[in-house]
Amino acid sequence: MASDRIDVPHVAKLARLALTPEEVELYGGQLAGVLRFVDELRELDTESVAATAQVIESRNVVRPDAVVPGLSHADALAGAPAAQIGFFRVPKIIAGAD
Amino acid sequence: MDVTTASAREIASAVSLKRTSAAEIAEAMIAQVARVDGELGAYLTTTPELMREHAARVDARIAAGETLPLAGVPVAIKDNMCLRGTRTTCGSKILEHWIAPYTATAVQRLLDAGALPIGKTNMDEFAMGSSCENSALGVTRNPYDRDRVPGGSSGGSAAAVGGLAATVSLGSDTGGSIREPAAFCNIVGFKPTYGRVSRYGLVAFASSLDQIGPFARTVEDAALVYDAMAGKDPHDATSVDIPVESTADHLRHDLRGLRVGIVKEFATGDLGAEIDATYRRAYSDLERLGAELVEVELPSAKYGLATYYLIAPAECSSNLARFDGVRYGLRVEGIDVGDMYEKTRAAGFGPEVKRRILIGTYALSSGYYDAYYVKAQKARTKIAADFARAFTKCDLIASPAASTPAFGFNAKSDPVAMYLMDYYTIPVSLAGLPSLSVPCGAVIPEGGSHPMPLGLQLASPLFSERLLLGAAHAYERATKHAEKLAPRVAVAG
Repeated sequence: MASDRIDVPHVAKLARLALTPEEVELYGGQLAGVLRFVDELRELDTESVAATAQVIESRNVVRPDAVVPGLSHADALAGAPAAQIGFFRVPKIIAGAD
Repeated sequence: MDVTTASAREIASAVSLKRTSAAEIAEAMIAQVARVDGELGAYLTTTPELMREHAARVDARIAAGETLPLAGVPVAIKDNMCLRGTRTTCGSKILEHWIAPYTATAVQRLLDAGALPIGKTNMDEFAMGSSCENSALGVTRNPYDRDRVPGGSSGGSAAAVGGLAATVSLGSDTGGSIREPAAFCNIVGFKPTYGRVSRYGLVAFASSLDQIGPFARTVEDAALVYDAMAGKDPHDATSVDIPVESTADHLRHDLRGLRVGIVKEFATGDLGAEIDATYRRAYSDLERLGAELVEVELPSAKYGLATYYLIAPAECSSNLARFDGVRYGLRVEGIDVGDMYEKTRAAGFGPEVKRRILIGTYALSSGYYDAYYVKAQKARTKIAADFARAFTKCDLIASPAASTPAFGFNAKSDPVAMYLMDYYTIPVSLAGLPSLSVPCGAVIPEGGSHPMPLGLQLASPLFSERLLLGAAHAYERATKHAEKLAPRVAVAG
């Protein structure tokens, strides 16, 4: 495992999180501390051990393909910061388009 | 009957026998919350009108001859569970004004069983924390010492029950978020087997670990709440379809015939003489009740924290991607949609949530995925295998619930120091096991002036809730530790 300092601005970009220069400095130090801490896992022999995604044996779940009552259109949109004619409204996505 | 101290069993029985009404219970609890919550800060939102509405419905159903196991029982709900028409904040600015458009299955099942919703309780933001200090929306104080934290992340739900501002409550536990605050607040906190209780309507933090469970002042009350909400839910594909054994009517009075595992790696000698003595006494009390104590080994458990602090942040970074200013909650406008996402999340999330998103994003990112995330998943396999091996030698495992009693505000400024609070609960969570904390004594903490409670953690094999609650009841009945301390809040008078 690599425990070099995290490239915080790069990771923040991946996480869609705007950080101030002060936050980059603060979290950089704290995350390095967390990584030093989790690096102890390197000691643990996991050769030929399967990865566990979830502890309860579970299989894919299917349901009948039938229409059942769900969240209404109005309820689904009620918490949206912006909605228009029955849709979520977002800022423009394609640069230059107007 | 004093509603503020009565058990859920007593209230349900009195309402069912029409010795009192749900309406009277509701009024008494509304008045009590108004009296004590200024000091406690357990609630972010109270719902007195909704509580009265439900009380009227319960009284009508009782009059019509229905049997309701939680008739008139006041319940507080952690603010990461949806209750239709009520705000559900997760202790975060990003959801500060969000109104839930539907009700979580666990909550709905309690309401169907006759429970009365008091309100929504404070929590560490998105359930990330062990003290409730990471809430962006309020401070919750420990009912046994207002200068100390209630624990977390379900701190409000624990403080409400411990501080007599609720009869029972719901919390959620990902790495210890029910058991640690229960220990800090001198109450019972129970995390069922992963998948036993539907997560539908619980705002997701780490989906392979999150589980809803009850807080109560007695094991019997915790069992009553569990019985009302456990079981398969078509809305949650990970809820398990294994028949639920009722627990509240199968509580034990002794531990004869049971082997209790004491974990070699969890020796309590380093926790200080008083704490060590408290746990040794708890183990010998289990023996006195008829259990055979056996030493078990969990050689990989010490890697639990490192494993957890990769898996949980990885899952959180994925789950919290949905908070982007489009479908719900806060939006901060930007020059384009990407800018809007980044500014919204920067303004809406607090420091611990940002830290965990960054750790998780890093652990899942190209080049680090195998070294961190997959490695942690393999470590998880080893930890779960340790428990499975241990349970060939014992029926239950006993340990501390937390390494210290409640600490003061701002005592854990280093994130890793806070993470260490969950040393004993996290391995159990990684293995998905049912587990609870039951009061086991009190010690005067460093810098403190009076005794603060400690919790005994009991864990048992997957789906053995009846055995676990039964044994905890026998211990509680014989030791009565919860009754030896009184909360320091204004009580009914």
